[in-house]
Amino acid sequence: MSMLRERAAATPATTQASPGRPRVWFRLAVTVAAALLIVLLTYVLPPFRTYQLATVGAYLCVTAGLTVLIGRNGQLSLGHGALMATGAYTLALTQNALAGDDFAAPGWALAVSVLAAVAVTTVAGAVVGLAAARLRGPYLAGLTLAVAVVVPSVTSTFDSVFNSDQGLPVVLNPPPGTVPMERWQAWLAWAGALLTMLLLTGLTGSRFGRDMAAVRDDETAARLAGIDVARTQVLAFVVSAACAGLGGALFALLAQSVSPGAFPLTLSLFLLMAVVIGGLGSLAGAAWGALLLVALPALAQSAGERAGSARLEGNLALAVFGVVLIVVMLAAPGGIQGALRRLGHTRPVREVARLIRHPKGGT
Amino acid sequence: MDRFVFLTFDGLSRGAVYAAFALALVLTWRAARVVNFAQGAMAVACAYAAYSVSAATGSYWVGLAVALVGGLLLGAAVERVVMRFVDHSTPLNGVVVALGLVLLIQAVLGMIYGNEFRPAAPPFSRGAFQIGGVALLSRFDLFVFAAVGVVLLLLALLFTRTGTGLRMRAAAFAPDVSRLLGVPVAGMLTLGWALAAAVGSLAAMLVIPTELGLHPTAMDVVFVSSFTAAVVGGLDSALGAVAGGLLVGLLLSYVSGYLGATVAPMAVLALLVVVLLARPGGLFARASARSA
Amino acid sequence: MTGTPAEQPAGTGTETLDTPLLEIRNLTAGYGAAPVLHEVDLAVPAGRIVAVLGANGAGKTTLLRAVSGLIRPSRGQILFDGRDLCTVRVEQMIRRGIAHVPEGRGVIVELTVEENLRLGGLWRGRRGAERAQLDEIYDLFEPLARRRRSPGHQLSGGERQMLALGRALIASPRLLLLDEPSLGLAPRVIAQTMELLRTLRDRSGMTVLLVEQNVHGALSVANDAVVMSLGRIAVRDSAARLRTDERLRHAYLGF
Ligand SMILES: Nc1ncnc2c1ncn2[C@@H]1O[C@H](COP(=O)(O)OP(=O)(O)OP(=O)(O)O)[C@@H](O)[C@H]1O
Ligand SMILES: [Mg+2]
Repeated sequence: MSMLRERAAATPATTQASPGRPRVWFRLAVTVAAALLIVLLTYVLPPFRTYQLATVGAYLCVTAGLTVLIGRNGQLSLGHGALMATGAYTLALTQNALAGDDFAAPGWALAVSVLAAVAVTTVAGAVVGLAAARLRGPYLAGLTLAVAVVVPSVTSTFDSVFNSDQGLPVVLNPPPGTVPMERWQAWLAWAGALLTMLLLTGLTGSRFGRDMAAVRDDETAARLAGIDVARTQVLAFVVSAACAGLGGALFALLAQSVSPGAFPLTLSLFLLMAVVIGGLGSLAGAAWGALLLVALPALAQSAGERAGSARLEGNLALAVFGVVLIVVMLAAPGGIQGALRRLGHTRPVREVARLIRHPKGGT
Repeated sequence: MDRFVFLTFDGLSRGAVYAAFALALVLTWRAARVVNFAQGAMAVACAYAAYSVSAATGSYWVGLAVALVGGLLLGAAVERVVMRFVDHSTPLNGVVVALGLVLLIQAVLGMIYGNEFRPAAPPFSRGAFQIGGVALLSRFDLFVFAAVGVVLLLLALLFTRTGTGLRMRAAAFAPDVSRLLGVPVAGMLTLGWALAAAVGSLAAMLVIPTELGLHPTAMDVVFVSSFTAAVVGGLDSALGAVAGGLLVGLLLSYVSGYLGATVAPMAVLALLVVVLLARPGGLFARASARSA
Repeated sequence: MTGTPAEQPAGTGTETLDTPLLEIRNLTAGYGAAPVLHEVDLAVPAGRIVAVLGANGAGKTTLLRAVSGLIRPSRGQILFDGRDLCTVRVEQMIRRGIAHVPEGRGVIVELTVEENLRLGGLWRGRRGAERAQLDEIYDLFEPLARRRRSPGHQLSGGERQMLALGRALIASPRLLLLDEPSLGLAPRVIAQTMELLRTLRDRSGMTVLLVEQNVHGALSVANDAVVMSLGRIAVRDSAARLRTDERLRHAYLGF
C-alpha cells in the first residue's frame, strides 16, 4: 500500500521538483506585484471604486477557498454564505467586546478579531466537513443548503447575542494617519485576499493538493493508493471554511455592520456561480469570479437605473448570474480561465488545463 | 394536551404538503437521478401564475388548474431545454445547473411581480373546527389532505396499473434495454419531469397560503424541509417520501409550537444531519451508501 | 422478398435468389474515434440461423449493437428487408420486427417477471401484450409461470435467460438478435435453448443472428456461421462445414 502511494506521489513530484523552487519565488513575485498594483489603484480610483475594489478582495478570499473545495476536491458546498456569516458575526462580537465605551478598540484588537473569526469559522467548517466527508453529490448539496437557510433562524433564536434581523454594528477604528477609510478597507481586504491566494496556490501545488485531486477523480483509486479519503475531504472543507471566515470578517469590516439579510441563500449561489464561471479548480478563475460578483450587479444596477425600473434594478444581476451559470455549465465547463487559456493569454498550467479538458479526471 | 392535539393535526396537514413536495423530488430522482434543486423556484413560478389568473378570472379553481398545467409545461420545458444537455457524468453538474435555474426564475419573478410578499388567499377558511373545545382541523386542512391523497392515488395508479407507468419505470431503471423494447426513453424522462413539477406546483399552492404569501423565495425553506423528508424516506421511495413528509411536518409543528417558530429550521437541519449520518439509506431503507 | 433476381451479383450460389432479410455492407463502427468493426459484410437470409463466433473482444457484441442502432456506423450500410436501418431510431427497431436480447440478457431486475414480459409487447399500444400471448410464453417457459410476481433480481441465471428470450418472443420479431444466450447455463438448458431456436425457425420462419461462445451449441442449430477476429469477418461458411472441417476448426475456433 504505502509503496503504491510513494510511487503514485513520486511520478508527478519528479516533474514538479525542479521548477518547484522557482515557483515559490514566482508566486511571491506575483503577490508583491499584485499588492503594488492594488496600492496604486487605491490611489487613482475614486472612493466608491476603491470600496468596490475592497469588496472584490473580500469575495476573492471566499471564491478561492470554494474553488479549492469544489474544483480541486469535488465537494459541492452551498453553505459558504453561512460560513461567511459565522466569520462576520464572530468578528463583530469580538471587535465590539474589545472596544471600549468610546467605540474605539485598541490597535491590536483588529488582528485578534480577524483571527478569532477565522478560528471560529474553521471549527464550524470542521463540524460541517466531518459530516460532509461522508456525503456525496446531491446529499452534500442538500445538507449545505440546509446550513445556508438556517442563518436567519439562528440569529432570531439567539437574538440577545445576534440581535435578530437588525444585526450588529461593527466597530472599526479610524485608519492610521490621513488614509481615507475606503483605501484602508481596500488594503485590509486585499491583504487578506493575497495572503489567501499565496497560501492556497502553495497548498494546491503540494502533496495535499494532489491528494485532493486524486480523491476528486476517483475515490476508490485514491484509497488504494493509500490516501486517507475522509481526512483529505475534511481538511479541504476546513481550509475552504477558514477562507470563507476570513472573507466574512472582511465583509463585516467593509459594511461596518452584520445582519442575516447580508447572507441569504442567494449569496451562496452567487459564490458557486463565481467559482463555476471563473473555471472550476482554477485559482486565477476565482479572481475572475470575485471580480464578476462585484462588476455584474453594478452593471445591472446602472442598466436598471437607465431603464428606470426598480424591479429590474434589483433582479437583473440575479437573472444574468443564473443564465451565465447555466450557459457556462452547458457550453464552456472551463469557465473564463479555461477560455483565456485556450486563447493562450495566460501562463499554461498543464495540470489545470488537463483538469478542464477532463473534468472527471482520468490518468 | 389540547395544544398537543392541535399541533399534531397541524403537523399532519403541513406534513401532507411536505410529503407531496418530497414526492415530486423523488419522482425526478427516480426518473433522472437528479435532485431538482430548482423545484421550489419552479413551483413558486407556477403559483404566481395561478394567483394572477385567479385574480383575473375571480376563480381560485381556474388558478389551481393553471398551476398544475403550468407545472407540467415548465417541468417538460426544463428537461427538454436545459437538463437534457447537462453532462451527468458527475452529479455536481445537474445540481449547479438547477441552482442557475433558481437564480433565473427568482429574478424573472422579481422583475414581473416585485420582491414584496403578495397575499395569497386560501380557497377555504383556515379557521379550525372546534370539537369538544379542542381546535382540530380547518376546512383548508381537509382540502390539503384531499388534494394530496388524490395525487398519491393517481400516481400509484399510474405507476402500477398503466402501460405508461411501466414504461416510465423501465426507462428509469434500464434505458438501453427499454429502448430496445420500443420504449421512448427520452419522452418518458420528459414526462417524469413534467409530472414532478406539477406535483411540486400543487404543493406550493397548498403551502403558500399558510405562510407569508407569494414571494420569489417563498419555497426555499419548504424545499429544505421537503428535501429532508425525501432523504428521511430514502430518496428512492415514494412511500418513504410520504412518511418522511409527515414526520418532518410533525417535528416542525411540535418544535414551532413548544420552542418557537424560529427554531424550526434548526430542527430540520438537525434531523437531516442525524438521518444522513446515522441511517444513510433513509429511515425505511435497506442500508446503502450515500454515493449518488 | 422485394428484391429482383437481376440485382443479385452472379454466382453467389443457389440460396440467394431473394434479398437477404438483413444485409450488412462494408460496415465500420465503434465507440468514439477508433473503430471496432472494420468493413464487415454479412448477409442473413430470411428463415435461417446465422451464428457469429469469435474470440473475446472480436466485436460480436458491437456488431449486434450496430444492427439495433445502439451505436451508429461511421461507414457502410445496414439493410433490413431492403431498407436502410441506419436512420431508424432504436425505439423503432422492435416495430420493424427486430428484437435484440443484449449480452447479459437485459432483464430489468427491479420489475417483476410479468412486468418484464408485458414490457416486451407494450410497443403495440396501450393494451400491450394480450393475456393469451403472456400465457403462450408461460407455456413455453414453465418456470416463469410460477414466478410471475417475483422481481427480476430473484431469478436464477437460467430463469433470466428464459425471461429475456420470452420478452423478445412476445414481440413476434422477424429477426432475433441473440447475444450469448448460453452464457452460464447448464448443458441441458443450452440444448433446450438451441432446440427452441430450431423450432422457432422451422415453425414460424424466424431469422436469428446468434452470437455465441458455445461453438458446439451454436453450430448444432445454425445454417451458416461466421468467425470474427479483430473486428473483421475471418471465415464464413455453412455451419455444417465448420463443424466438420478440422482445419478450419483448428485455425479459427481453437479445438
Ligand atoms: N462501450 C465501449 N466503449 C469502448 N470500447 C468498447 C466498448 N464496448 C466494447 N468495446 C471494445 O470493442 C471491442 C469489441 O468488443 P465486443 O463487446 O464487441 O466484443 P465481443 O466479441 O462481444 O467479446 P465477448 O465475446 O467478450 O463478449 C473490444 O476491444 C472492447 O474493448
Ligand atoms: Mg460480447
